[in-house]
Amino acid sequence: MKTLAILADFGTPGALLHAAEKVRTAGYRAFDCHSPFAIHGMDAAMGLGRSPIGYIVGGMALLGASIGYGLQTWVTTTAYPIIISGKPLYSWQAYIIVTFALFVLFGALGGVIGMLRLNRLPRLHHPLFYSERFGRVTDNAFMVSIEAGDPLFDETGTRDFLSSIGGTNIELVKGD
Amino acid sequence: MNESSTLQNKGRFGTIALIVGIAGLALSAVGYLFDAGRFFFSWHVAFAYWVTLALGALFFTLLQHVTGAVWSIVVRRVSEAMSTTLPWLALFFIPVLLGAGTLFHWSHADVMASDAVLARKAGYLNLGFFAVRGVLYFAIWTALAWLLNRHSLAQDASGDPARTLSLRKLSAGGMFFFAFSITFAAFDWLMSLDPHWYSTIFGVYVFVGGFLVSMAFMTLFLLHLKGRGILADTVTIEHYHDLGRLLFAFSVFWAYIGGSQYFLIWYANIPEETSWFLKRWDADSWRMLSLCLIAFHFAVPFLVLVFHAAKRNLTVLRSIAALLMVMYYVDMYWLVMPTMSAQSVQPSWMDATTVLGIGGIVVWLFYRRFASHPIVPKGDPRLQDSIAHRV
Repeated sequence: MKTLAILADFGTPGALLHAAEKVRTAGYRAFDCHSPFAIHGMDAAMGLGRSPIGYIVGGMALLGASIGYGLQTWVTTTAYPIIISGKPLYSWQAYIIVTFALFVLFGALGGVIGMLRLNRLPRLHHPLFYSERFGRVTDNAFMVSIEAGDPLFDETGTRDFLSSIGGTNIELVKGD
Repeated sequence: MNESSTLQNKGRFGTIALIVGIAGLALSAVGYLFDAGRFFFSWHVAFAYWVTLALGALFFTLLQHVTGAVWSIVVRRVSEAMSTTLPWLALFFIPVLLGAGTLFHWSHADVMASDAVLARKAGYLNLGFFAVRGVLYFAIWTALAWLLNRHSLAQDASGDPARTLSLRKLSAGGMFFFAFSITFAAFDWLMSLDPHWYSTIFGVYVFVGGFLVSMAFMTLFLLHLKGRGILADTVTIEHYHDLGRLLFAFSVFWAYIGGSQYFLIWYANIPEETSWFLKRWDADSWRMLSLCLIAFHFAVPFLVLVFHAAKRNLTVLRSIAALLMVMYYVDMYWLVMPTMSAQSVQPSWMDATTVLGIGGIVVWLFYRRFASHPIVPKGDPRLQDSIAHRV
């Protein structure tokens, strides 16, 4: 059994927000905050930057549009040229709908898959699950966790630090 | 300053607008004496521009009440005040009626009788019914604007949350009347310029443009106030971010509706429908204007505002809002003017004097209204939430 992380309770959303700021200011990086619902301002308090998801969606959308437009152009002018209602073989107007649809589809897929990748999901287990109390974060608990992999992590030092910023029920999460 | 009170320092904004308005109208009157036909077409573009802008503001107010939006409460007085210009815009409709013989091909009974297609439309397209419908549209809009403002101002004094619920109910019903009235107004005033041609999506096209230009106006006006230190801490970057999103969304939606209209007509390829687009494409100058619309009414705002940082950069936002104000005028010009001169784009000084003339008076009326009441709805129970709004 080795120590994987440390967990501390903060009674209210506001206390969690301030705790996040203090943990970040103290120099910890591998830490996380857990609450039953989203807390406004938490991203800034934890020092999280903007997610790159927008650029993933944008890139994927452009890729989808190119595929849609390119495929239709190739089919109607080269692979299977056929005159439809007297219009030119290369009729870009007719391509717009599928191009737009693939633009949206690829963008949406980029959004979902990119979000999962950036969140490191799917993931079947996490060290914090060794703690029995941790399940309460989906109900009424507001917790900070600091992972043992953080360079500043020190069993007694980090415990004292969390205690000094108002944490209660401090628990060292141990597992294999 | 105390932002829950009326504007203390009214500044020169209203005076300048009034001077521009009177000068524009006076010069336009001179233009009428020289070339009445040209005057009526220029006037029609300017009238369509400002009336749809005011309608966009009316729609914004209705929409915020129906959805129970909180973020927009701090900016609601701008759209409320703009919608009160609608009864005055009815006065500017009078020259349209007087010029109907010049503007509308269908206004001549002999033309209607000798054209098999138009003869079937004579029951709808005749001057008497046209005037009655015009009065009806303005009656609906005036009633809605008056009721929305009355409840909102009454809440300033009482702070009664029941007013919010009344406004929600009023807006839900009002939406129905708004949708039909703006659609038919677009058919009557703009689509019937080419009486053979029809497009069922046309009303949506005009509505989307009006809403977009109204958001652009609101953005520019709020930035103007911010420059004077008014509402600077109340309308925050978060609210501008939302306005930027609306500008982005409705610029895209405008392209979507315009594209859909074009797409169906292109596919069916029926001469009576394609003629409308060919008038805007065959001549080089009209083709340039069509391409300008795609580039600056859609592509540039899209490529700029798609980025998060652009919507939170007030200089960028101001530039795009100003661009859209100009491009919406080009859009109205593009809808109306090929009826007069399909052979080429023929600008006239009267185009400028009419749009500035009507615009000056509309903006003056708007500002007078805005400045004479608390500039945020101080009795709205959710006002503090709105000020604290975060994207």
